[in-house]
Amino acid sequence: MRVVKLPKQHREMFLERLEKFGEVHVPTPKGKENFTFKRMETPEQMAWEYLRTILPPKKYFMPPKETLMNYDQSNGYHEVDPEYNQQVILFGLHPCDIHGVGIMDMIFDGAYNDTYYFKRRKDVKLIGLSCIPDDKCFCRSMGTDFVDTGFDLFLSELEKSYMIAIGTGWGDQVVQANRDILMETTLSDRDEYLERRNRRKEQFQIELDTSDLPYILDLSEDTEVWEDIGGQCLTCGACSMVCPTCYCFNIYDRENLDGESGERLREWDSCLFKNYTRVAGGETFRSGRADRVKNRYLHKQAHFVDEYGHPSCVGCGRCIDACPAGINVVEVFQRIRGVA
Amino acid sequence: MPQSHVYELENKAADPNPYLPKLARIVRRVPMVKDNHLFMVRFNDPKEGEEFDYLPGQFVELSVIGSGESPISISSTPTRKGMLEFCIRRMGRNTNALYRLKDNDLIGIRGPYGNGFPVHQMEGSNLLLIAGGLGMAPLRSLLNYALDNRQKYERIILMYGAKYPEDVLFRDELESLENREDVDCLLTVEQAYDLPDAKPWHGKIGMVTNLFSEFKDLDVNNTYAVACGPPIFYKFVIEKLLERGYPKNRILMSLERRMECGIGKCGHCGIGYKYTCIDGPVFTYWDAINLPEMIG
Repeated sequence: MRVVKLPKQHREMFLERLEKFGEVHVPTPKGKENFTFKRMETPEQMAWEYLRTILPPKKYFMPPKETLMNYDQSNGYHEVDPEYNQQVILFGLHPCDIHGVGIMDMIFDGAYNDTYYFKRRKDVKLIGLSCIPDDKCFCRSMGTDFVDTGFDLFLSELEKSYMIAIGTGWGDQVVQANRDILMETTLSDRDEYLERRNRRKEQFQIELDTSDLPYILDLSEDTEVWEDIGGQCLTCGACSMVCPTCYCFNIYDRENLDGESGERLREWDSCLFKNYTRVAGGETFRSGRADRVKNRYLHKQAHFVDEYGHPSCVGCGRCIDACPAGINVVEVFQRIRGVA
Repeated sequence: MPQSHVYELENKAADPNPYLPKLARIVRRVPMVKDNHLFMVRFNDPKEGEEFDYLPGQFVELSVIGSGESPISISSTPTRKGMLEFCIRRMGRNTNALYRLKDNDLIGIRGPYGNGFPVHQMEGSNLLLIAGGLGMAPLRSLLNYALDNRQKYERIILMYGAKYPEDVLFRDELESLENREDVDCLLTVEQAYDLPDAKPWHGKIGMVTNLFSEFKDLDVNNTYAVACGPPIFYKFVIEKLLERGYPKNRILMSLERRMECGIGKCGHCGIGYKYTCIDGPVFTYWDAINLPEMIG
C-alpha cells in the first residue's frame, strides 16, 4: 500500500477536486451536537472533528425505505433500478464505519445476492478518516479501531497534515490528480503517526471484554440481567436504526388509489418490535421484551460469531448515544460477566 | 479493498434480482376443508415451470398482486411434473386476498426456498411421518415423493391427527391409501360427531401421540421421524419420540416462522444463528437443543 501526505492547508482543495470524481458526501453538522452524512455543497461543510453521524453509512446502500418494484394487475412485477448512475464518494468514514460496511457486504452476499444493495454499493467509494475516541467509543474492544482494507483512501491525521493510504486503483487515480498538492511521506511522519496511534490507544474510556463472550452468553441463558434490561428497554428500535450493521427489513405492498397498481417496498425493521416475529394467525415467537432484548444482544455478539467468525458490533457507540432509556451495551455485557 | 473487490461488487449487482416474483396462474382451486383450499398453480412461462426444481419440504414466497407476499410450503411432489400445489389456510391479510382470486387469475411465485427434507439421506430407512393439523401440507409432498420412489425406502408410516373429521386435509386421498399394503396411513381426530351430510368417520379417535403404540416393532435406529404441526404439537410428539429412543438427529421437524425475504436477509425468521428460511425450515431435534428458541 502506498502512502502519501496531504498538508492541512490543502484539505479543502482536495475535497473540492473530489467532486470531479463523483458526488461527494461528508459528515455535516446537524443541530448543535449531531452530524449526518450529506451531499457536500461547500468543502467548509466538512466536520473534520466529528465522531459519529446519527445514521451510519448503510443508508447509502439500503435506504430506510425503498421501492423494490412496481406492479399492476395485468402485467405483474417490474423491478425498480436502484442504481445511482454516478459515482458517490463517502468522505470521512471512521474505521468502525468502514468495518460496518464490510460486514453489511458479507450479509447481503451469500447464497443469494441482494442486488438492490450491490447495485448501490458498487458505485460508492469510501474515503476514511482517523479519529480520537470519546466516552462511547469501544471499537478497540471490537478490533475495529484500525482498518487495513475496505477503503479506497484513508486519511490519518498528523499535526500539520494527513497521511493518505491508497487502498484501490480508483484511490490512486484521485492521488494522481492531486499530485501538485500531495507530498511524499518521511520517516519523521512515520514516527509522528506511531506516536499518535499509540496515544490514541490509551484514550479509550470504556472497554468490552469480548474474550469467550459467546460461551459466557450461552451459559447466561437464564440470567436475570435480561429481565432487568427488558424492563428498562422501551423497544423503540432506535439502536437498530442507528446501528451500522443492523440490516433487518420488512417487505410490504402499497396499493395505488386506482386499485390496480402499486409498489412493493422494503423498510428498516427492528427485532425489538413485538410484531417482528408475528405470523399469520397472530402467534409471535418472541413476545416478551426481555426475550427480544436478549436476542438483539446475542445476535450481535454470539449468533453472528457462530455464522461469520466475528461479532457484528463495530463499537461505534451509536446505540449508547441513541437509547432513550440510557442502556449502555458495554455495561450490559459487563453485568453478564458479573464485573459490574 | 483490493481492486478485485470492485469487480466482485459489480458482478453481484448484475446477478438476477432474487426478489422478483415470476408470474403464475391459478389453474384450479379445490376446496378441502373450511377455509382451506388446495391451489393448483402453473407458471405463465412453461420454461420457468420446467426449471422450477424443488424438494419436498421446500417453500415459495407467494405474491397476491396488490396485497403482498407469504411463505407457503409446497404440497405437490417434484416427482409429478406439471402443476405446483399449495394447501393454504385462509388466515391473514394476504391469504384472504388470495381467496378472493378466481381460476386463471395471476399470482407471483419465487423460490423454491429452504433446505427441504433430506430425501436422499433418508433412503434405506423407515419413514415415520407425523402430522398435526395444517402440518400435513408439507408432509403430503414428502409422502407422495416417497410413494413415487417406493423402492428407496423401507416402511412408510403416516400418523396424522386433526381436531375434527372435517379438518382432515387430503382426506379422500389419504383414505384411499388405506388399501395399499406398502404404506401405513393412520388418521385420527380428537373428536368426531355424526353430522348429517358428512362422510362418516372410520378413522381413529384420540391424540396423534396415541398412535405410536401401533408401531412398537419399528427399529428406531433405522427410522427417520418427520414431524410437522403447531408449536404445542412438537412438545408432545418429541417427548414421545425421545421416550421411544429415537436418535436426536433422526427426528426432523419443519418449522413455521415469519419470513419476508425467504433468502436469509430480512432477519425475521432467525433462531439463534440459523435462519428458518435458508438453514431450515427442516431442522433436526439436535439443532433444536442447541437453539433454545426453536420449539419454545
